Parts: sequence; structure tokens; C-alpha cells
Amino acid sequence: MAPNGLCPSIKNILLLDSEGKRVAVKYYSDDWPTNSSKLAFEKFVFTKAVKTNARTEAEITLLENNIVVYKFVQDLHFFVTGGDDENELTLSSVLQGFFDAVTLLLRSNVDKSEALENLDLILLCLDEIVDGGIILETNGPLIAEKVTSHNMDADAPLSEQTLTQAWATARDTFTRTLLT
Amino acid sequence: MAQPLVKKDDDRDDEAEYSPFMGIEKGAVLQEARVFNDPQLDARRCSQVITKLLYLLNQGETFTKTEATEVFFAVTKLFQSKDMGLRRMVYLMIKEISPSADEVIIVTSSLMKDMNSKIDMYRANAIRVLCRITDGTLLAQIERYLKQAIVDKNPIVASAALVSGIHLLQTNPEIVKRWSNEVQESVQSRAAFVQFHALGLLHQIRQNDRLAVSKLVSSLTRGAVRSPLAQCLLIRYTSQVICESGNNTQSGDRPFYDFLESCLRHKSEMVIFEAARAITELNGVTSRELNPAITVLQLFLSSSKPVLRFAAVRTLNKVAMIHPTSVTNCNIDMESLISDQNRSIATLAITTLLKTGNESSVDRLMKQITNFMSDIADEFKIVVVEAIRSLCQKFPLKYRSLMNFLSNILREEGGFEYKKAIVDSIVILIREIPDAKETGLLHLCEFIEDCEFTYLSTQILHFLGIEGPKTSDPSKYIRFIYNRVHLENATVRAGAVSTLAKFGAAVDELKPRIFVLLRRCLFDSDDEVRDRATLYLNTLGGDGSVVETDKAVKDFLFGPFDIPLVNLETGLKNYEPSEEAFDIDSVPKEVKSQPLAEKKASGKKPTGLGAPPSGPPSTADAYQRALSSIPEFANFGNLFKSSAPVELTEAETEYAVNVVKHIFDRHVVFQYNCTNTIPEQLLEHVIVIVDNSEADEFSEAFSKPLKSLPYDSPGQIFVAFEKPEGVPTLGKFSNVLKFIVREVDPTTGEAEDDGVEDEYQLEDLEIVSADYTLKVGVSNFRNAWESMGPDFERVDEYGLGPRESLAEAVNTVINLLGLQPCEGTEVVPPNSRSHTCLLSGVFIGNIKVLVRLSFGLDGPKDVAMKLTVRSEDETVSDAIHEIVASG
Repeated sequence: MAPNGLCPSIKNILLLDSEGKRVAVKYYSDDWPTNSSKLAFEKFVFTKAVKTNARTEAEITLLENNIVVYKFVQDLHFFVTGGDDENELTLSSVLQGFFDAVTLLLRSNVDKSEALENLDLILLCLDEIVDGGIILETNGPLIAEKVTSHNMDADAPLSEQTLTQAWATARDTFTRTLLT
Repeated sequence: MAQPLVKKDDDRDDEAEYSPFMGIEKGAVLQEARVFNDPQLDARRCSQVITKLLYLLNQGETFTKTEATEVFFAVTKLFQSKDMGLRRMVYLMIKEISPSADEVIIVTSSLMKDMNSKIDMYRANAIRVLCRITDGTLLAQIERYLKQAIVDKNPIVASAALVSGIHLLQTNPEIVKRWSNEVQESVQSRAAFVQFHALGLLHQIRQNDRLAVSKLVSSLTRGAVRSPLAQCLLIRYTSQVICESGNNTQSGDRPFYDFLESCLRHKSEMVIFEAARAITELNGVTSRELNPAITVLQLFLSSSKPVLRFAAVRTLNKVAMIHPTSVTNCNIDMESLISDQNRSIATLAITTLLKTGNESSVDRLMKQITNFMSDIADEFKIVVVEAIRSLCQKFPLKYRSLMNFLSNILREEGGFEYKKAIVDSIVILIREIPDAKETGLLHLCEFIEDCEFTYLSTQILHFLGIEGPKTSDPSKYIRFIYNRVHLENATVRAGAVSTLAKFGAAVDELKPRIFVLLRRCLFDSDDEVRDRATLYLNTLGGDGSVVETDKAVKDFLFGPFDIPLVNLETGLKNYEPSEEAFDIDSVPKEVKSQPLAEKKASGKKPTGLGAPPSGPPSTADAYQRALSSIPEFANFGNLFKSSAPVELTEAETEYAVNVVKHIFDRHVVFQYNCTNTIPEQLLEHVIVIVDNSEADEFSEAFSKPLKSLPYDSPGQIFVAFEKPEGVPTLGKFSNVLKFIVREVDPTTGEAEDDGVEDEYQLEDLEIVSADYTLKVGVSNFRNAWESMGPDFERVDEYGLGPRESLAEAVNTVINLLGLQPCEGTEVVPPNSRSHTCLLSGVFIGNIKVLVRLSFGLDGPKDVAMKLTVRSEDETVSDAIHEIVASG
């Protein structure tokens, strides 16, 4: 991706279901140029990873010279892939950010049906985590906030905002006053 | 898995109920997209349709060009809506479609409006979208806004601009480089990610300016960085600066080491690990520097997080290759990781232990590995095999159990790379441990009985042909080889025929039996197999008549093949069918230098079955052709060697001249390549006056001047010298360029009539001993060394005096001799106290030379060297010693 090898870069983020099928995926590198090579990679990663127990702590492995970190919850499988010279903990922080954000966005009902119901949020979430391979944000709550902030139309009265949004706005204003 | 397998089908039924995308179709969704054109936009409905389109794209569906264009135009209509959620989906959609340049214009104004919106979310996203789809011309228009955005107080906006800058730097570097003031300002940002992105961009802008990077690093290491990711970047930049600033470990402290060490106490694990890894990767790291890093990695080994354990054990594994003793402290923690749930971690732990362990623990570890070999991926299996290979080299006495292990895993399922790693390891063991030879060969024989990889079968057959005849009972391999002739594809059959013939050539008792087998091959269905059988039967005298086999033919067919294949290929391509047969001796044997990367790779691990390295097509043929076109040089004979061009002028002077030295048996030809870099001048009657007063054994034979040398079109001048035949005559030549200058009117391009005589001093040129040696590699140095015999061996020891490092001394000697390093021995492992380097080549007069150099550090910096030369001629062996003695 980024030709400068020094900047950490993410090759892909995958969200697969219990059979390894796509819920949402995003590729940032040219390592898998065609859809079939992408599908082959997903299948390979899924079959290697599904045997392990990645439900309490994120797991990690090295596949085809890529580091893959992953975490499972219910019937959803989260994967983040980077090159084999990447800092493993950086990749795992991206995974954790993605996982936390999705958990917040789906209001803790983290399963496939809920994810598909809210696919727009998941896609926006992917968009806010990594841009062209470069990490944008790894803090789950902040990512979730960026995704949902559109509901908070600037013109809408405060009373129509949900409680979280109201809290977010309040915090925002508060920090701003603190900083200035 | 959450559900037991039986439930799977029920699951799928459930899915039908709950998936909102069940059974949706591209055509239908594209129809639905018409709602985008409604005068009264339903934002919710539009969002849903976009989500469906994105879902289709995400599942791998593609839009045709027209479909994409239609969707794009429809989507642009949605900018009318004020709905924020919809706008976000529009942004996403535009990025996914990535419109063509002429379509981009349609959305540009809308996006620019959003870029200046009051809503930060709009601004950030519009920047990212616009920079993604824009081209250079548009970028100039929005540059002003981007510069503002970089220093915007909203971190999301600033990050969006900075990240876009990182992407744009690849396509429009000159524009992005103008932003460095703003970027520098945002490096000081309080927002973690802004700092990270700004640092990343700033470094990329300055990466070609070493001094600037070094300044950046030294100012930031004083503690201005708060974000862990930015700190990781800083650590990477710091180790780059350390690496480039050279090595002053001897003089005491390494610059910036303190910074790296202090990062080991950072509160973020990510930073601690990055620093530890950076320290372990320092060039020539000492154990004192290494220890703090090892200590934190050791703590990570007992972490509850698999990612942390994996990262630590992987790094320690790498450290163990070079500094096994530093890692032994972690052995107890490693032992407990052998039973780790995560097989990747377990494998890395075991292979680390194999590297650090002692002889007594080998058997126990082997047992444990056997237990889980079937569970792990091929990548890790290869890691295990490589660890075992090096273990075997370390403890040759353990070869029996290790060889057993290798042969066992060879029988199991596995991919090509994995099998190749095993076969390579067995081959290396056979070569290095004589006792292991017979069992090893039998394992390989057994393997080809049932081997699905043609490449491996032919390589093993080839190897059998070399090693098999030298065993105590060569006849027992024949059956395995002949079976291949029955059961395999044509490629392997042909290989088997060659191997049979090698046995026949090497072992006289087997000859009659081999003939019987070869004659059967005459009826093979494949041309190549029949041809080979016929050829071998004829050369070995299998057709009944006792043929006096020509030694040269035998050498050619069964000896080592030392001509680089590319050279042979170009030789054959240039050969025109005629009465005269193709002469293999006319093919240059010199190995052209390989690209650096390849060299590195081959240096790291010993090559197993691989053929000798072959370089890119040589320039030698080009020279040969150019020279033979000049009639005066036609009778000089075959060109022995052409040197690389040597510059005789400084860069950017009026006239650029370099010289190529062509060495013939009795002559030396200097080819001066001249370029006139002054547009206002035309040079005429250009000659080089060569003074050979410091090279009195040479006498000038011929000089070919250049009639005219116009601006910027290179020309060649040739000067030939005669020298004593076949002797490495040395000397120094001084050169003066003489010519007549005529002024040229730059506007008309016409030269004035009268010229002025002028001369130009060039730098001196030397004929050195390396000019008389050719780099010719051998595939198996040990074999070549043994077959050369000690008849003309010359051994002597030299003190090389104080040197910067062992590697530097090795390189100097290699360059001095101009010979080809073999088997990757030119690479000196960091921190080693002694090194053996193997060289091979051809000396003028076509005499093969093999050199074994043993280097050792004597005292802190003094390097001592033992030089052993074997060649086909004692004068040449002596000559090599003279080169070193005088160099």
C-alpha cells in the first residue's frame, strides 16, 4: 500500500459469518487483485482460524507472510490483516477498535442479523477506521461516535437527540472549553 | 464454533428470514436507484438503496461501465438533500465507484462546498473523498483549503487532510511538499491521531533528506510525542537514523540508544514492543544493549494475551538465530509455551528452543514437535525444518534422530515449498555430514518413489547422479532410478536416464548393466528421453564397440556445468547455423553481478539443490561484437574480459569520459567513451594521448581517434596495447584528451570554420590484477575443491592490519581478487570473530582457480587471513598470492 514501509499499513479488514461468508470486507492492498483471490484468502483464513478459540482474547497467526489477528463473538468473525513486518500490537489495536465500535453501534447485540440490519453503520465504521491502509482511529467509542454523529443534525433541537448523542455533544463542548 | 455442525442447515433457513439482503439482485437494485431522481427525495429510502448497492459491491458484484456511470450520476443528485446520514452514504458510494476524470467534475463543486461547510463531519469526509478521486489539476485549486484543514482545530478534519496528503504524496509530490510548514505545526497537535498522521506525512516529505530526518528525530526524541502510534513511528525513524549514521559501537554509546531504551518503560505495550524489536534489529547489537529488550520481551511471554505472546516469541526467535546465548534466559518461559493453545506460538517457542538449547535437549524437543507437526500450517512447518537443519549443523552427532524426523515428515502430506525445504535440508545434511550420506540418499530414493512434484524428482535424480556413484554400494540405487523410467512423466524419465548414465560413467562394474537399461529407453515414447539414451550409449560405448571416450566430452556430459545458463542462451541465439559447429568454449563464463536483493536472499540461507546463480544477459557480447567490427582488433583473438566502466572525469565537467578495459590474451584495449556536454562546442579529431611510462611492459599498438564529437552524442576512442602473452601484467597509464574545438552558434547550430587546438587532462587509469580474473561460480564448492586436488595448492598467511570490521576486510579481498564468492560466503554474520569465504573464478589463459579464505580477528581490530589457493597451474596459484601480497 503505502510504498514507505515505515508507516504501519493495514492490508484488509474482514467481518465474516459462521460459515466464513462475507458480512462486510474492505481491502486496502493489491495483494489480492481479483474477487476470487479475495474469496480464496477469506476461506483460507477462516478455516485456519475457526478451530481456535478467539472469544475472550484476540488470537493471532501468520498466514502466507501476513499477520492476521482475529476475534470472534456469536456468529461474527472479525479479522485484521497486515504484513509480516508489522507491529502485532498495532494490528490488534485496530481489531479491538473495530470490535468495540461495532459492539457499540449494534448496541451490544453483536450477531450477524443485527450486523446486516445495520450494514450502513458497519460500512461507515470500516471507513472511519482505516483510509487507504492508513490507520485513522483505533478508539472504539470515538469511531462509533464518528459513525453516528450524522444523526445529530446541527439544526435539530437538543431534545430530539438520543441520550448518547447529547452526552457526546456535551462532552465535546466541555472539552473545547477546557482546551481554550 | 458456536453451533454444532448438525444445526447448520437450520441456520441457513433462519438466515432466509433475517437477512435484509436475501435474494436481492443487481438489476432490481439498479432499478430501485431511480428514486434518487425523485423531485421529493426520501432520504431514508435513498440510504437503504445505497446500502444495498454497497452490499452488492461488497459481495464481489461488479458494475459495468455504463451501470457505474448511471449510478454515479444518480447519486450526485442526492447532494440536494440536507440529510446527514444520506450524505455520508453518498460519500461512501462515490469512493466505491471511483468515477473517471471527466465525471469527477460533476461532484467537485458539491464536495468543495462541503469542504467549507460548518459541519466538521462534512468537511473531514469531503476532503477524503475529493482527494481520493481528484487529479493534479484540481488539486491545485483546493490546495489552499487543504493547507488550512491540516491545522484545523478539529482533529477529525486535520487527520483527514493529513492522511489524504500521505496518499497524494505518491501522485503529486511537488504539491504536497509545499505543505511542510503546516504539517510541522500539526506534529505538535494534542490530538493523538493528528500527531501520528502529521509525523507520518512529514517524514515522507523529508525522507530523501537525511539531515532533515535526523534533525526531526533528535528534536522529537526529547519528548514531544504523546500518541503511542506516533511514538512507534518515531522509534522506526530513529532506528533508521541509527542505521544510516554508521556504527560506532566500539567507541562506546550508540546515538539515540538511550531513547530506544527509555521507550521500553513507556506505558503503552505497543510502544514497548516496538522499541524492543528495534533494539534487537540494531546492526551489530551488543549483548549489553540487547538485555533490557530481552527482559521486557520475556515478561510478554507470560502475558494472558496471545497477541503479545506471539509478538514476543516471534522476535525472540529471530534474535536466537544470531545471539542464542542472550535468549537462553527465557528458556523456562519458552518451555511453558510449547503447550500453548495457539499453535503458531508453540511452534515459534519450540524452534527458538532448538536454537538456544544444548545437545541433550534435542531428543526431547524432537518428540514434542512430532506431536503437533500435523496441526500447523506449512509456513510454520518450514520454520521447523529450517531450525532442524541448523541444529544438525550445530550438533552433527545427532544426525540420526534428526534425519529420521526429516524422513518421517517427508512422507506426510505437504505443499511444494514445505517438501522442498525438507529435501533441501536432507541434501545439506548429506553434503556436510559424511556419515549421513547413505541413509539420506535412501530416504530421498524412497521419496521419489511417490513424489508428485516433477521439479523435486528431477533435482533429486540429479543429486543422486552426483553422490550415488561415490557410495560403497552404488548398485542399490539403480532400481529406484530405473523405476522412474517406467512410472513417471517425460521430464522425470529424461532426468532418470541422465542419472543412470552418470552411474555408468563413474562405476565401471555397473557399465554393462546400465547399458541394458539404457537400451530399453531407446523405445521410449518421448523424443528427449530417446535422444538422451542414444547420446549416452554412444559416448559410453554401449553400442558394443569399445569407444575411446574423449575426455573432454566426458567432462562436459558428466562434469560440473559451470557456464551461466543466460550466457549459454545468448550464445546459442547468436549462433548462426553453418558448417562450423557451435563452440561451447566461446561462451563467456563470467557471472554478471546479481541484483542486491537476490544476493541478500541467497546469502542468508545455504542453497540446497539450486543451480548456480545466473545473472541477467551480459554486456560482454555487446562489447565483443563492437570490438570485432573494428578490423584492427580482429586478430586479437577471443575477448577474455571487459571491465566495468571507470570514470576518468568528475561528474558534471565539460567533457565526460569513462573507460572500459578489454583484456585479450596478448593485448589490452582501452575503450574511452566520451561525451561533450557543452552545446556551444563541436570537437574534432579527438584523440587520447596515453603515457605508459609507468607501465613499461606495455607497448602501444594502435589508436583509433574520433573524427568529431558533437554536443551530447557520445563517441568512442580506442587505444590498444600489446603485452606479454598470458601474464597478468600490471601498470598505470596517464591520459590526456586532445582535440580541436570549433565554436557552435546555438541558434543556428552551425560551427565556425576555424578551430582551436586544446587538451584536457583526464585521470589516471590502472590495470590491476582483478582485470585478469573472471568471476565464474561453481555450484558445489566442496566437490570442485576436491576434484581440483592439492597438486598446485599454495597456502600462506597474511596480516591485514587494523580494519573497520571483518566484513569490510572480506569485501576488500574479494574485490582485490575479482573472483566470484560461492555459496553466499561473502556475507559475514554480524559480530562474528572469524569467517571463511569461498571464491572461484578463471584466470587469464582459461585456468580455473579456487580460493579458500579464512579470516580471523586478532586483537580488537587486526584481521589475519589464511589464503589457500588451488588451481590448474602452479604459476597461477602463485600469482594469486602475489596479488594479495602486493595489494
